Amino acid sequence: MPFTIPKERWTAQVQTTTIGAPEADGGTRTSTVTVGGEQTLPFLHFEGETPNPPVIAIEVLDEAPTGWPEPLLKHYQEVLGDPAAWAQKAVAEFGADMICLRLVSANPDGTNASADDCAETIQSVLKAVGVPLIIWGCGDDDKDNEIMPFCSQAAAGERCVLGSATQDNYKTICASALADGHLIVNESPLDINIQKQVNILVTDMGMDLNDIIMYQITGALGYGVEYAYSILERTRLAALGGDKMLQMPMLSIVGSEAWRVKEAWQSEEEAPEWGPLDKRGIMWEVATASLFLHAGTDILVMWHPEAVARLHDLIAELIASPQA
Amino acid sequence: MALTAMDIYKNLPKTNCGDCGVPTCLAFAMKLAQKQASLDECPHITEEAKEALSGSSAPPMKIITIGTGEKALKIGGETVLFRHEETFHHPCGIAIQVNSNLPEDELRQQISTICETEFDRVGMTFRLDLVALVDNDGNLPAAAAVAQQVSSLPLILVSDDPQAVRAALEVCAEDRPLICAADADNFAEMTGLAQEFSCPLAIRGETLEQLYELSEKALEAGVADLILDSSACDSSSVLQDQTTIRRAAIKEKVKPLGFPTIGIAIGDDEIDKVTSGCELIAKYAGIVVTDLLTRDTLLPLITARLNIYTDPQKPIQVESGVYEVGEPDAKSPVLITTNFSLTYYTVEADVSAGHLDAWIVVVDTEGTSVLTAWAAEDFTPEIIAKTIKECGIEDKVDHRIGVLPGGVAVLSGDLEEASGWQIVVGPRESSGIPAFFKPEYTQRIG
Repeated sequence: MPFTIPKERWTAQVQTTTIGAPEADGGTRTSTVTVGGEQTLPFLHFEGETPNPPVIAIEVLDEAPTGWPEPLLKHYQEVLGDPAAWAQKAVAEFGADMICLRLVSANPDGTNASADDCAETIQSVLKAVGVPLIIWGCGDDDKDNEIMPFCSQAAAGERCVLGSATQDNYKTICASALADGHLIVNESPLDINIQKQVNILVTDMGMDLNDIIMYQITGALGYGVEYAYSILERTRLAALGGDKMLQMPMLSIVGSEAWRVKEAWQSEEEAPEWGPLDKRGIMWEVATASLFLHAGTDILVMWHPEAVARLHDLIAELIASPQA
Repeated sequence: MALTAMDIYKNLPKTNCGDCGVPTCLAFAMKLAQKQASLDECPHITEEAKEALSGSSAPPMKIITIGTGEKALKIGGETVLFRHEETFHHPCGIAIQVNSNLPEDELRQQISTICETEFDRVGMTFRLDLVALVDNDGNLPAAAAVAQQVSSLPLILVSDDPQAVRAALEVCAEDRPLICAADADNFAEMTGLAQEFSCPLAIRGETLEQLYELSEKALEAGVADLILDSSACDSSSVLQDQTTIRRAAIKEKVKPLGFPTIGIAIGDDEIDKVTSGCELIAKYAGIVVTDLLTRDTLLPLITARLNIYTDPQKPIQVESGVYEVGEPDAKSPVLITTNFSLTYYTVEADVSAGHLDAWIVVVDTEGTSVLTAWAAEDFTPEIIAKTIKECGIEDKVDHRIGVLPGGVAVLSGDLEEASGWQIVVGPRESSGIPAFFKPEYTQRIG
C-alpha cells in the first residue's frame, strides 16, 4: 500500500486584515501590515496557503518602567521615558513590523496622565515612525474610556488598532474606532465563548468583521502558556471550520508576560538551579512566542530585540516550504 | 467507528475479578474506550469478544518502553492531535547527547551530571530522561560499558554501524537501550540486531515515503517496537513530517506510522536549539534529542514539556497551607488565594516580581481559580477562616491582617467576622500586587 499524506479539507479561512493607512488611503503610514488569510493550521503548506506571515510588534511604554532586569534594560536604557525615540529605535534597529504603544502613564494609581498628554504622545510616535500602531490603554476601564476618544482622534485616519474592548467595556472604544477609522482588539479571558460574544457585541455596533483583532489573554511559559496555546488552537480550528465570528486574526502579548516571571529576571545568585541569567529571559520570551506561533497567532507583541530577531528568523523558516 | 465503553463492556466477562489491574469490568471498558488500556490485559476474554473488539481497542500509536524496571521510559500511546481534545498522555523523553570518544573520566562526569540534573516546579521534580551515546570512531562499545555502570537513565545507542551497535549491545542489551537507527543502507543488519537482542529500534527514512516503507518492512520482519525518524532538519519540514505521522497514526490508523517519533533540537546556537526543541515538544515528538547541557537552556524545554503535557481536564493543584515568598518575617504581609496551581504560581510570581517578602495562605478549592471557586462556593468566608486558623499562619506573624483578592471583595466583611482578622481588599488582578504593596501599603492598612 503506497503512502499518501493525509490532508484535511477545511471549509473556510482566517479573515485577512490590513493595519495602517498610507497617504493614498488618508493616513501617513509608510508601511502597512496585512495579517490573516490562512487556509490551514499554522504553516502546513502541503494543505493550504499561509499568504501572510505572522508579524511582530515591539511594545513601547509611554513612561520609563521600573524593575527591568539588566539583560533587557541595556537595549533600551537611553530611550526609556521617550516613547518616540523608543519607537524609532524599535523600528530602525530591531526591525519591528509595528509598534504597540501602551499608555501606562494614564493609570490613575500612577502618573495619571491626562487625555491630552496621551494624545500628544501618540502624535509624537506617529511622527517618529512610519509603521502601523497598536494603541493600548492603561487597563483602568474608567480612565481608558476617558482618554480613548482623544487618543483615537489624535490618530484619525491612520487605521491603528485600539486596545482593548471587553465584554463589560466595549462601547467607548468601539465608537471611537468607528468614528476615526481604526481597528479594535477584542479581549476575552481565555474563553472562546466570551471572545465570540465580544465580537458579536461590537459588530452589532457597526464594527466591520475585517476591523477586529482577537486577544484572548496570554500566559508565559511555565505560567499558563498551555491555556493560551489551546485557546489559540481551538480558535483557529473554529475559524477553518467556518465560524465567521471567530475568523479574525489573533494577537499574543509575549514580552511583558515572559519578562514578568522570575525565570526571566532572577539572578543566578538568587536562583542557582536555573543557571546564568544573561540569556534566560531571552530564551523565555523566544520559547513562549514560538509556542504561540505554532498554535496559530498572527501578531506577536514582544520586548527583547534578540528575541524579536529570533522570531523573525523562525517565521521566515516556517513560512518557507519544507526543504527536500 | 470508535466503540463506547458500554459497547465494549457487553463483550467483557463481567466478573469484576480485577485480574486486569482495574477493579471492575466497566472501569476497564472505560479505559479501553479511551485507548488507555489494551484488551490483552484481560486474561479471561473470549476469542469471539477479542475479534469483535480488537479492531477498535488497539491504541493507534503503540506505547514503546525504553530501558527496564524503574529506569524505564514509556512514550507514545497518544490518542489525539490537539491537547484540548483529551490530553497528551506520555510526556516526550528528553535525551542528552554524549560523545562516545570523550576520555573515560569526562564521560563518567558528563553522564552523572545528566542523571543528576533535576528541576523543581509546581511542587514536583522533573528530570532528563535518556542518555544518547553518539558513536565516534567505533568508540560506542567502550562508552556503553561506562554508561551501563554510571547511568541511572536508559540509553540510546546512536550509530549507523551495525558492528559498533552489536558490540555495544553485547555490553548493555539487558538494559533495553534504543538502537538508533536503521536506515536504507543498514536495514537488514539493524533489524536483525533489534530482534536478536529484543531492543526497540529507531527507523530513519530520508523522506516520509521511505520511512513508511522501511517501517512496514521492519514490521513484516517481526520487529514490533519502533521509533520513527523522518530526518527533517528545518522547522518547516519538522512541522510537516511530525503532523503527517501523527495524523496518519491517529486518524487513518496507518500501522507503520503508529509509533512515537524522535527528533533532534537543531540550531546554530543555544537559543535556536531551545526554539527547535519547543517545536518538537509541541508538535508531537516522542523523543527530543539535544546536546544542550546547561541548566538555563534545559529549563525552558523541561517547562514547555510540563505545560504541553498538562492534562487540560485536571488542573494541577498545590497543597493547601502557608507558603513563603522571599524571606518573610512576623511583620510581612499575608495574601490569601486558592490552590489552583496557575492561580497560586501567578500570585507567587507577582509577589516575586515586586521583590516583596510575603506569606501566601492557600485555600483548598479543588484546583479552581478565585472567581470560579467563589461562584462554586468553595471559597467562602467559613472555608477561608478555617484555613487561616489551621494552617499555622497565626504562629508565624504577629499581626492579623490578610489581603483578599479584589475580585471577591464582597466576602471581606463576613470573613473578618469568621476569622477575627482584619481583611484588606487587594488588587483584582494579581499583576497589581507589586503596586499594591508600595511603601504606602503600611499606612493604608494602618
